[in-house]
Amino acid sequence: MTFVGWSQIAIVLALVLAAAVPLSRLVARIYAGEDDVLARVALPVERVFYRLAGVEEAREQSWLAYAMAMLAFSIVGFLSLYALQRLQAYLPLNPQKFDNVPSDLAFNTSISFITNTNWQNYGGETTMSHLTQMLGLTVHNFLSAATGLAMAFALVRAFARSSATTVGNFWVDVTRITLRLLLPLSIVIALVMVALGVPQTLAGSVDATTLEGIKQTISIGPMASQEAIKELGTNGGGFMNANSAHPFENPNAWTDMLEIWALLLIPVASVIAFGRAVGDLRQGRAILATMAILLIVGVGAVYWAESAGNPILAALGLDPAGGNLEGKELRFGDAMSALFATATSSTSTGAVNTMHDSLTPLGGLVPMFNLLAGCIWPGGVGAGLYGFLVVVVIAVFVAGLMVGRTPEYLGKKIESREMKLAMFAVLIYPLSVLGFTAASVMLQTGLDSLNNTGPHGLSEILYAYASANANNGSAFAGLNGDTPWFNTTLGIVMLAGRFAYVIPVLALAGGLAAKKKAPPSAGTFPTTGPLFVGLLIGVVVILYLLQYFPALALGPIVEHFLMLGGKTF
Amino acid sequence: MLSQLRPAVVLLLLFSALTGLVYPLAITAIAQAALSYSANGSLIAGKDGAPIGSALIGQNFASDKYFHGRPSATQAQDPAHPDDSSKTIDAPYNAANSTGSNLGPTSQKLVDRVKADIDARRAAGWSGPIPADAVTTSASGLDPEISPQTALAQVPAVAKARGLSEEKLRALVAAQTDGRALGLIGEPRVNVLRLNLALDALAPGGA
Repeated sequence: MTFVGWSQIAIVLALVLAAAVPLSRLVARIYAGEDDVLARVALPVERVFYRLAGVEEAREQSWLAYAMAMLAFSIVGFLSLYALQRLQAYLPLNPQKFDNVPSDLAFNTSISFITNTNWQNYGGETTMSHLTQMLGLTVHNFLSAATGLAMAFALVRAFARSSATTVGNFWVDVTRITLRLLLPLSIVIALVMVALGVPQTLAGSVDATTLEGIKQTISIGPMASQEAIKELGTNGGGFMNANSAHPFENPNAWTDMLEIWALLLIPVASVIAFGRAVGDLRQGRAILATMAILLIVGVGAVYWAESAGNPILAALGLDPAGGNLEGKELRFGDAMSALFATATSSTSTGAVNTMHDSLTPLGGLVPMFNLLAGCIWPGGVGAGLYGFLVVVVIAVFVAGLMVGRTPEYLGKKIESREMKLAMFAVLIYPLSVLGFTAASVMLQTGLDSLNNTGPHGLSEILYAYASANANNGSAFAGLNGDTPWFNTTLGIVMLAGRFAYVIPVLALAGGLAAKKKAPPSAGTFPTTGPLFVGLLIGVVVILYLLQYFPALALGPIVEHFLMLGGKTF
Repeated sequence: MLSQLRPAVVLLLLFSALTGLVYPLAITAIAQAALSYSANGSLIAGKDGAPIGSALIGQNFASDKYFHGRPSATQAQDPAHPDDSSKTIDAPYNAANSTGSNLGPTSQKLVDRVKADIDARRAAGWSGPIPADAVTTSASGLDPEISPQTALAQVPAVAKARGLSEEKLRALVAAQTDGRALGLIGEPRVNVLRLNLALDALAPGGA
């Protein structure tokens, strides 16, 4: 670890905070439907959209109608994306003449993009036509992120309102978020990316004759426009197989900083906007401080582990000063690779600038733990906020048990129904992740997909299901996920991770919205300040670290000690 | 849920048109008009005007008259089995199929590969600890750059093959080394293709 490395990390995080504070005002205005410059530009377009779609802008929905709208939108999105992939060979904008995507892969990819996961069982430059990349993948990069933030809006309204029967209008939320937040920011970021070196062309490939006279075919395409929303919407599905490690997707240190900044921006701004929406900035700050601590501890651990390198290779005569460079691009170095790996797994992005499969055991443990916890510090666009609010509800309940009072949060009593729904949401995770991991290691078809054996093989499978469940999409990519078993089961886990989580959350929102907001009293447990931050961290450790410790011990932890002992597989 | 079907279908169509066609095509139009060099892949043209590669994408150098990039794990379809996509052969710097090795830290395959590469460097006369980038594969398999140490370690061999003085080549490497912007951003590195182009300019007749 070096001073320069830490400075690079600090600069990016400071820039995120500097931009997130003003952006949180915009997010809060979109949440409330308030007027501003962007709203005035977007409003005429929005009105046309509403008229054609038959949406009444002023009419709000109950939590159930909101959930049904979200489901309908997701199902229609799934079907159209599936059809697009299955028909791409007959459609235009396919310069490389790719075949139709096979059915199990198209199933997996469609679920992956409507759930904001963007898991890549496909190699972008060898599978997807430009039309599929643009009209399919780019569109759902926008819409799945907008859907996530809309869910968070519904839950925030539940806390902000008193005795309310509605939680907002899903169609209006999604439209406003896309037109006023995601699209304007994407346009700016995409153009900056092109200026910094990311290609944007409709050509499919370039044939070059190298200095040694050999033909090199270089895949290319409309990349910057997808790259921008890929990071901004915490999506993470790359145009290329190597994702943000590919020199076209991420050509230099500046684009690397921009990408990390973009993927953290909206999640952080949303947490600050939460404070604005409930009328108490300190509430947002307490959550953000907790997230920041968990994120920065993670970055430090990955950076330390990666710069320490691999002692087995050092023993062969490798200069340990370079750190663990297997699976890393030279231009990013250990520090920015560590920050990217941590940020992408702490949000639900899943873009990678380094191959997580080749991280050192402890360097890989951190992203894996971030995924197992559901990617919630600061989490995906919207998904991080509602995911973390579930942890807050549980933390408040634990505090209530300790002091013997009825727990409440922001004036809303947390009672049996809330706790049941929160626990239901939280328990889906281990059931789905550990269940399918156990099944995969017992099946020959699961083991046949491994690229590494020994404890690292278990890590590859555990990471895959954790990633799918948290709707992250990064991978220990040595695992060959493009098999009927993994395409199907990972698809199911992605669905459970999104919908079996968010529907209880919306039900929670419906119940909370209906409750009266009680004014704080002397007996109210304060949900701001260091004590509460400490409590939140404690609940995260108890809920997630202990729950998954046995699995982590059999994977990365034992591999770390075997590596120190020089054992290979 | 049926009442939600119309907004779902109509909004999906409208947003598909807006974010899936208008947005990427507008960005393409602006990028092609204003930033055509980077928009088209930062291509470097040869003497006849045809591209010899991209400044951003590494290429495979085998000749001892050129500096070599990092090992690359990219693969290509095995020509002996054109219909079985699971059959692949090593194809370093295949820019149509980016990938890393995805070998974990305790992989015997990784250790064997690194050991063979280190032995080859030692046989070529490299002494002292081997720079890590010289024997590890990059994440994309297309890393266009090497560390200054790895470039300098190759100087004696290239100097011998070209009949140039080592001193001249060390100066060339130094001139082609990019430092950190503002002393802080990025890593010190040498673009291998640019270095080799500069080498050809210095002493024509490489390959």
